Amino acid sequence: MHTSLTRIAAVLIASTMLAGVAQAETVRWARSSDSLTLDPHSQNQGVTHTFAHHIYETLMWRDTEGTLIPRLATEWYVKEDDPTVWVFKLREGVKFHDGADFTAEDVVFSLDRARSEGSNLKQLHAEVAEVRAVDDYTVEVQMVGPSPLYPNNVTNTFIMDKTWSETNNVEEVQDFAAGESNYAVLNTNGTGPYMLTSREVDVRSVLSVFDGWWGEAPAVTEIVYLPIADNATRIAALLSGDVDIVQDVPVQDIERLQNSAGFKVETGPENRVIYFGYRFGDEPLRSSNITDSNPFDNPLVREAMELALDRDAIQQVVMRGNSIPTGVATPPFVNGWTEELDQYPAPDVERAKELLAEAGYPDGFSVTLDTPNNRYVNDEAISTAYVGMLGQIGIDVTLASRPIAEHSPIILGDETDFYLLGWGVPTFDSAYIFNDLVHTKTDTHGTYNVGGYSNPELDEKIISLGTETDLDARDATIAEIWEVVKADRVLLPVHNQTLAYAMREDITLPVHPENQPNMTTVVFAE
Amino acid sequence: MLAFIARRLFQSVIVMLAVAFIAFMVFRYVGDPVSSMLGQDSTLADHAALRERLGLNEPFYIQFFSFVGNALQGQFGISYRLQQPVSQLIMERLPATIELAFASASIALVLGVVLGIYTALRPRAFSTGVIMTASLIGVSLPTFLIGIGLIYVFAVELKVLPSFGRGEVVDLGWWRTGFLTESGLRSIILPAITLSLFQLTLIMRLVRAEMLEVLRTDYIRFAKARGLSQRAINFGHALKNTMVPVITITGLQLGSVIAFAIITETVFQWPGVGSLFVNSVAVVDVPVMAAYLVFVALVFVVINLIVDILYFIVDPRLRDGAKSGR
Amino acid sequence: MTDLPHSPEQPVVAAKTSRWRTFLKSDIVWSYRHSPVTIVASIVALVLILMAVLAPWIAPYNPFNPATLNLMDGFTPPNSNSFAGSYFILGTDNQGRDVLSTIMYGSRVSLFVGFSATLFAMVMGVGLGLVAGYLGGIWDAVIMRVADVQLSFPAILIALLIFGVARGLIPPNQQEGAAIWVLILAIGLANWAQFARTVRGATMVERQKDYVSAARILGVNPFIILLRHVLPNVMGPVLVIGTIGLALAIIEEATLSYLGVGVPPTQPSLGTLIRIGQQFLFSGEWWILLFPAVTLVLLALSVNLLGDWLRDALNPKLR
Repeated sequence: MHTSLTRIAAVLIASTMLAGVAQAETVRWARSSDSLTLDPHSQNQGVTHTFAHHIYETLMWRDTEGTLIPRLATEWYVKEDDPTVWVFKLREGVKFHDGADFTAEDVVFSLDRARSEGSNLKQLHAEVAEVRAVDDYTVEVQMVGPSPLYPNNVTNTFIMDKTWSETNNVEEVQDFAAGESNYAVLNTNGTGPYMLTSREVDVRSVLSVFDGWWGEAPAVTEIVYLPIADNATRIAALLSGDVDIVQDVPVQDIERLQNSAGFKVETGPENRVIYFGYRFGDEPLRSSNITDSNPFDNPLVREAMELALDRDAIQQVVMRGNSIPTGVATPPFVNGWTEELDQYPAPDVERAKELLAEAGYPDGFSVTLDTPNNRYVNDEAISTAYVGMLGQIGIDVTLASRPIAEHSPIILGDETDFYLLGWGVPTFDSAYIFNDLVHTKTDTHGTYNVGGYSNPELDEKIISLGTETDLDARDATIAEIWEVVKADRVLLPVHNQTLAYAMREDITLPVHPENQPNMTTVVFAE
Repeated sequence: MLAFIARRLFQSVIVMLAVAFIAFMVFRYVGDPVSSMLGQDSTLADHAALRERLGLNEPFYIQFFSFVGNALQGQFGISYRLQQPVSQLIMERLPATIELAFASASIALVLGVVLGIYTALRPRAFSTGVIMTASLIGVSLPTFLIGIGLIYVFAVELKVLPSFGRGEVVDLGWWRTGFLTESGLRSIILPAITLSLFQLTLIMRLVRAEMLEVLRTDYIRFAKARGLSQRAINFGHALKNTMVPVITITGLQLGSVIAFAIITETVFQWPGVGSLFVNSVAVVDVPVMAAYLVFVALVFVVINLIVDILYFIVDPRLRDGAKSGR
Repeated sequence: MTDLPHSPEQPVVAAKTSRWRTFLKSDIVWSYRHSPVTIVASIVALVLILMAVLAPWIAPYNPFNPATLNLMDGFTPPNSNSFAGSYFILGTDNQGRDVLSTIMYGSRVSLFVGFSATLFAMVMGVGLGLVAGYLGGIWDAVIMRVADVQLSFPAILIALLIFGVARGLIPPNQQEGAAIWVLILAIGLANWAQFARTVRGATMVERQKDYVSAARILGVNPFIILLRHVLPNVMGPVLVIGTIGLALAIIEEATLSYLGVGVPPTQPSLGTLIRIGQQFLFSGEWWILLFPAVTLVLLALSVNLLGDWLRDALNPKLR
């Protein structure tokens, strides 16, 4: 009732006063999949976070440049006399959608909920020992040890209202493994700019602007969110005028959309690198004709493979110019990236053949490449192209292409010799990459170190990054680690993905490096 | 009669169990739900813990029996992907699929019967040849291509019909229908045509074959001899005799239309159980996949049962046989 | 086929030529000659099959050999020279593969899968049909119930399930080599029921006849007798089901490829080519989708038309 009245009022005002007044603007926003749940701490997944950022808010978040900016927290700093405590100063005068005031106890409650057993965000808060409210607008987070980069980890930890959660019995994150449903999966009460009006899972969700929001009133007053799984159908929906913004645009359609009257495409780099990995160690490969040694363990072979990889050709043809070729397995947004590391050698087939011969494989060898076919932009086509390039230096590759649901178990189960994978870096720091991709595989580290690379000296340095408070010394260590990683060719990076959002010509939605666009950033042309 | 129904019921239960078993076996192998549930920021310890909590480490037969036990109570668990009860998700999606199946079955039946009669009555006409050949194009094109082609022509180029979805729906409380709004009706046209082409060809050919057969029988020759008009013979006698097998086949096909809708629903983003299934396969949402298959099997079993019982009532020979058997 | 006129009085020496002559005079040939659609369809099918079989010798390029590909040739439009200078009559796809050659090699894969799967379904269906028809009782009930279930599920769903199970049983590093056989198995298993139904009916009729009991008394394996007597009777319908089944198998393979399960993308079938080409529908590279799609439709349509004609030709009642 309330919303429909305001809408009628808005229409009346707009029609009577004609110009100069913000009009009610509905945006129909399509992307490939739906948010998985409305419970903000249940899933750690980009699509779910993107949707939640419209309803709930975080202490800090990232702008479209990737910089950390204030949101519900206005200031954050390490406590002067104690390097293990982070202090967050909270914004005053913020209200939840149900009218309740936002205070420190809501933050304590939400951080505790996010690091509880059932939460999928708990890994991001693993170093937290205790969260306490100092006063209504100050929160202290006690860490286990010095954690200089902790603020990077809270950009997707949403703040819920403590009272509302208690009233509706959702203090615990939904335990779906135990077959439980939960009020918070279908209902929301955030401090964000939009309120949930209606939701049909996988079909459509409608959000309308929250009048009591603390920020400047957004231009978009109503969002209709439409998941459309099929690429061709999604583009067709934009072309036929059934939607206004399409978030997941296949690279091959960008040019056509840019040239079509009435549409435009915003592009920008994503914080995600695509790379090939291979198995280290003496043990012979499972899918190779070489049964007495592991060719990938030979540095000459790895060099030959890099020289066979024509990154520019992949960028031009497979990606249609929509990628940023790279020589290092980290996106430029990440602390530790340098232009020097980013350099990559020009492809050289002759030299690669020589190297293979030198390594003792003059006739090449055979191997299977495992690639996903529905996870990254043109993943299967990138792999297919590389199979051709390796064929030219005599490496005979069988391509095994699978949906990501089948690819992941093979990757995590160590059942691959040679694979393609992508890596996003939500903390914007190299340590995140080292922890999972470079550190020796253990229960807590190296989860995605699929090739089994192991360098105890590097492991030690990687662990030291977690607690080093002198940021200059820390950056120096990061540089040292990258040098070894690059020299050893632990991973074979191809490119950083770019994102493309297509939209009606009179709308502008800037690209967000984490692919988390927000409708509050939409600008309408006059 | 009772014995007959009891035997049929027993067979149906066996079929259901077999389908559940196969469904279950497949889903153990289609991938690992844990990695898509946990995502990138997780340790191997987390993976092991979640696998344990989901009961994925239990022996196969224990998982299967607990699944069957729960299914009997209408419990299919919680979707791994959407974290809502599976039975609720399926019930929400069901109206969309049933309306689509109904619309496409109607198109197939009406056009199929009309074209079937036409081609049977004019077996040597040029137009018959054209229709017969054209109908084969419908089964020679993969469904997804037909769908994309229709979208391209009618939504993108001509902009006369919506490209995806179901349009506005009216909530009747227990059923959300798209038949009561203009956008709902416009939305169903393309997917219904796409889905109907296969059945259309089938029905048309069936009607034609039956009709040709009937027209050759003594009974029709007799009618001709009696001087009945061609029209009365064709429609009063021949068609009536043709319709029994046609309706049976169409009925039996209804279950298959529902399952066939998987691809059509995916192409048109039609919010039915088929697209729910496809979305679930991508992330190995085992509870939804298993429930869907069991649901399709149930539809099939129920339709078959009804057809069998109807036959039993209609066909005196069967009835007498059962009586003497008693 | 047994209805065809025989001429047993012909001298043995002339048997070969005269049989050929009688064949030429037979109904089947007559109906073929009087059906222009069928003549066209058979020519189209023959050309496509020859193109596929002879691909290694007549295709301008070998798209299955990745070493010969140049990525920079990608997206060359039909009838033009690529960036790197080579000429492509039907253009190239996103990997720089010659579309004409990929279609020829792709048809090879599609036809191989289609033929093998149909043959597999035929052998299995005929075998089970014989068993069900001859043994009756519980065998008949079980086999025919399974056939019923299978006929009411779309073949594509069954194939998808079988594909899933098979993949789970094969270790990941051998899956790609086995993919094509798994595909054949999956499609074959999804299509045997039609054959079984037809053969079962014919077997039940034959079973009653005296010669079967006689054979049994003489100690001859009744199955062999049945096979020899039943098969000729059902040959016609089996052939018709087989032809239409072939078209169906080719379409099913394409649909499975669309759903992302099937042969490796480095050795694409027609279906895989269509799945790849489909991505370029809106971006202007229509040739990547259009040519494989037209080939697939022509192939399926001509085979379907042949099956259709065969059905009518073998059923004298319909003439």
